[in-house]
Amino acid sequence: MFEPVIGIEVHAQLKTESKLFCSCSARFGASPNSNTCPVCLGLPGTLPVLNKKAFEYGIRTALAFNCKVAEISGFDRKNYFYPDLPKNYQITQQASPVGVNGYLDVVIDDETRRIRIKRVHLEEDAGKSIHEGGDITGAVFSLEDYNRAGVPLLEIVSEPDIRSPKEAYEYLSMLRRTLLYLGVSDCKMEEGSLRCDVNISVRPKGSDSFGTLVELKNLNSFRAVERSLEYEVKRQSELASENKEIIRETRHWDEEGQTTVGMRRKGLAEDYRFFPDPDLPRLIIGESWIEKVRSDLPELPGERKARFIRDYELPEYDASLLTDTQQLADYFEEAAKEYGHAKTVSNWIMGELLRLMNVTGIGIESVKIRPCDLVAMLKMIDKGTISGKIAKTVFEEMFTQGKSPGDIVKEKGLVQIADEDELTKIVDLVIQDNQKVVEQVKAGKDRAIGFLVGQVMKETKGRANPQMVNELLRQRLAGEN
Amino acid sequence: MKLSELGAFELLPMIKRKEVSVEEATVGILNKIKAVDRDIQAYITVTNEHALQRAKEADLRLNEGKPPRPLEGLSVAIKDNICTKGIKTTGASVYLEDFVPPYDATVVRLLEDAGAIIVGKTNLDELAMGSSTESSAMFPTKNPWDLQRVPGGSSGGSAAAVIADEAVFALGSDTGGSIRQPAAFCGIVGLKPTYGLVSRYGLIGYASSMDQIGPMTKNVRDCAMLLNVIARHDPKDAQSYTGEPVDYTQFLIPDINEVIVGVPKEFLNKGLSKSVKDAFMKALNKLEGLGAKVVEVSLPHSDHALAAYYVISSAEASSNLARLDGIRYGYRAAGCEDSASMTAISRGKGFGSEVKRRIVLGTHILSKGNFEKYFNDALKIRSLIFRDFEKIFKECTCLVCPSSPTVAFRIGEKIRDPLEMYLSDVYTVPPNLAGLPGISIPCGFDEEGMPIGLQIITKQFDEATLLQVAYTFEQATDFHKKKPQLQKYDCGSESTRGDRNV
Repeated sequence: MFEPVIGIEVHAQLKTESKLFCSCSARFGASPNSNTCPVCLGLPGTLPVLNKKAFEYGIRTALAFNCKVAEISGFDRKNYFYPDLPKNYQITQQASPVGVNGYLDVVIDDETRRIRIKRVHLEEDAGKSIHEGGDITGAVFSLEDYNRAGVPLLEIVSEPDIRSPKEAYEYLSMLRRTLLYLGVSDCKMEEGSLRCDVNISVRPKGSDSFGTLVELKNLNSFRAVERSLEYEVKRQSELASENKEIIRETRHWDEEGQTTVGMRRKGLAEDYRFFPDPDLPRLIIGESWIEKVRSDLPELPGERKARFIRDYELPEYDASLLTDTQQLADYFEEAAKEYGHAKTVSNWIMGELLRLMNVTGIGIESVKIRPCDLVAMLKMIDKGTISGKIAKTVFEEMFTQGKSPGDIVKEKGLVQIADEDELTKIVDLVIQDNQKVVEQVKAGKDRAIGFLVGQVMKETKGRANPQMVNELLRQRLAGEN
Repeated sequence: MKLSELGAFELLPMIKRKEVSVEEATVGILNKIKAVDRDIQAYITVTNEHALQRAKEADLRLNEGKPPRPLEGLSVAIKDNICTKGIKTTGASVYLEDFVPPYDATVVRLLEDAGAIIVGKTNLDELAMGSSTESSAMFPTKNPWDLQRVPGGSSGGSAAAVIADEAVFALGSDTGGSIRQPAAFCGIVGLKPTYGLVSRYGLIGYASSMDQIGPMTKNVRDCAMLLNVIARHDPKDAQSYTGEPVDYTQFLIPDINEVIVGVPKEFLNKGLSKSVKDAFMKALNKLEGLGAKVVEVSLPHSDHALAAYYVISSAEASSNLARLDGIRYGYRAAGCEDSASMTAISRGKGFGSEVKRRIVLGTHILSKGNFEKYFNDALKIRSLIFRDFEKIFKECTCLVCPSSPTVAFRIGEKIRDPLEMYLSDVYTVPPNLAGLPGISIPCGFDEEGMPIGLQIITKQFDEATLLQVAYTFEQATDFHKKKPQLQKYDCGSESTRGDRNV
């Protein structure tokens, strides 16, 4: 039996206004080369000046991942020639990253797994190359867009602690969720603001040695990470069990074929000639700065989930889903506090709200139903003003129109009919019109009564109080005997 | 005396009193350039039109009654590795031959805002790597004292321009002696400020941890005036000093009675020429005569300074110059197959041999295995040297030593022997490694009439003391008043407007 040993490197673009070392906008999607200046174009004589905000985001993230924040941090140059890299070196943190030795707890099948985080460091992003007619060596010409050059990146490197593709998926989800809670990154994989590289090897279960490392690229979603790892675990385990050689290489995930394809052999390790960037002074991060950033940390997803289970007595599943985003959790919490019975609120959010959001593609931030509207609706059910069934209709109206439940109920005349006289009239009418069924009920086919209830509901367009209808029907039918 | 020969401190009051218009003063300098620069070749670019335009604007300002600015109407030459918006900045390299920066270096902005008029961009060793200005890809600059000799380097163009009155003053840059050594070779005043005192923004980076821009002037007073304007905190340079600006002219008081002058014994041994040593000893006597106490001190690690300097500076240079890749600006070789070969061939053709030597050396030094061996050791030496100085400044006010072991050598004499050339900076390199300020002032002439420089070094950010000692020495001597004989080229200047006798 073989087990996979997996490590993940995540690059997250920071959501700062400006780039890491100049005042150009760091926004995505501007026309090519419009967000550039002499500094991020690497013109001669220009110098980098650190964006304090970006660095603070680094500290914030390091703290959230339980890292030790460096007392003295600094920047190094990683030297390599590539057309999308304006200075032909990347300013990064090799020797003194902002954070080291942290961890992230991930819950898988009710079991908490602690994935250690080796380091969190800041670096600048490169530009983007477009090669016309082939790759960089075969292209007719290449175009360079330097808008992205200098955008702050946070690199988060895990230890090789991940033991299954599913764990990898959960680790990434938790990491992404945490970054979103921290508000430091958009984490949009489709825009490239979150990228991951995965290292995987296999070894006999129980062994503490490491197998030959394979790096996976072109992973455009967490699903792709999981699938490619499933494929690799199988491929490598098969090779290993047949005593065949696993080649140290970079493999490309082929989404269409759902396979990995070897790209290039990893020969000698590349030599990036790291050395401290003489343009940037060392940063002495004082305890007071760290404490200030720490005190500004939001409640993180793991903590919030635990609190939801504890304080609102929610099942783990509910708490997990509700804390997926900060906004959803806030939404739940506002409604739950006002309403009191948290599980009911959770049911409505997880059932109706998430369903409608899914169908319409609307995010929680654009949902028109305010938490207080949801609570108002729940109270109407409790008071018997509307039935639970009608409530679903009301909720849909609230979702599409954004009106209060009271208004919708009034406008559409959806108030529940709970008047005994009125209902008796309708029940009698239904009994009269459905003598065959009545006979069946009387003959002991109790289930047939459901049909009669349905008929009453139909007559009242669903507004009848179902419990009352049931009771009345039984009374009348019993009375006829 | 001709108008063009005046120092800044003499000319400025005349401009303020409107005895001389800015245009007249500027034309005087431009005419001088026209007359002598064909032989001296101090300038790569002369900004005639730009300068005249600026001069007219300045006169207009003054005539409107606006108050004169601190450097109103003074012609300044800028070393051609300092970026000037809209004016070609070549770094004396084929690679940047046609590079026109879209931005000004911070010092250029400060100078122009203070009313100085840029008259041109001066020659240098290619990308500031060299000690003779011979490695310029354009042409070698000649020493105005003897056209067969080098002006020193790398700021040789600026030094030659100042002594030949082709500018009132100039900016140079100094990484291992590139201001002080040419200042000594040309008989002018050259100051390398404390690392961080003057913004590096816009200076084409050679070795970022040591590069400093500084004044090159006809006398110490001008030096203080120029430093006043350029020593400003700059948010665009992360290494820029954040202290308050200082008026350095207030320290120009000829009094060194309380001063203890240290003489590093290691600097008076091998390689020091007799004429330089003689002049230096006389200078020491002079300082003593002026009231200073002279003591012998030791810089025990200075033997390793040059080696450490070449390790660190080459390493940094190899990375700094990587941006010159033929892609976004500068020279691009034609007919290349792909971007990698385009970069390789462009660099191969765009750089001269001294630059390539240092890039290769620096790349080698930073490579795996070598980094620990060379770079880390060099950093250790650097901190040891820093500590040596620290110790000395506990007992001494300043250090003095020759600026260079020899006077200006002949063109071609050392160009084929890089190690011999590097020795030219043996006295100027230690302050760069330690980030200290150093100034070279004229202290004599050899038997062939070539100028000799005296270097004064103080602790960090103590330019005030540096200038005071320099000023005291200068006021008690006449070396700075002597000029090279350039009459041969001065024909007809009597009648030329703007170069009238004053």
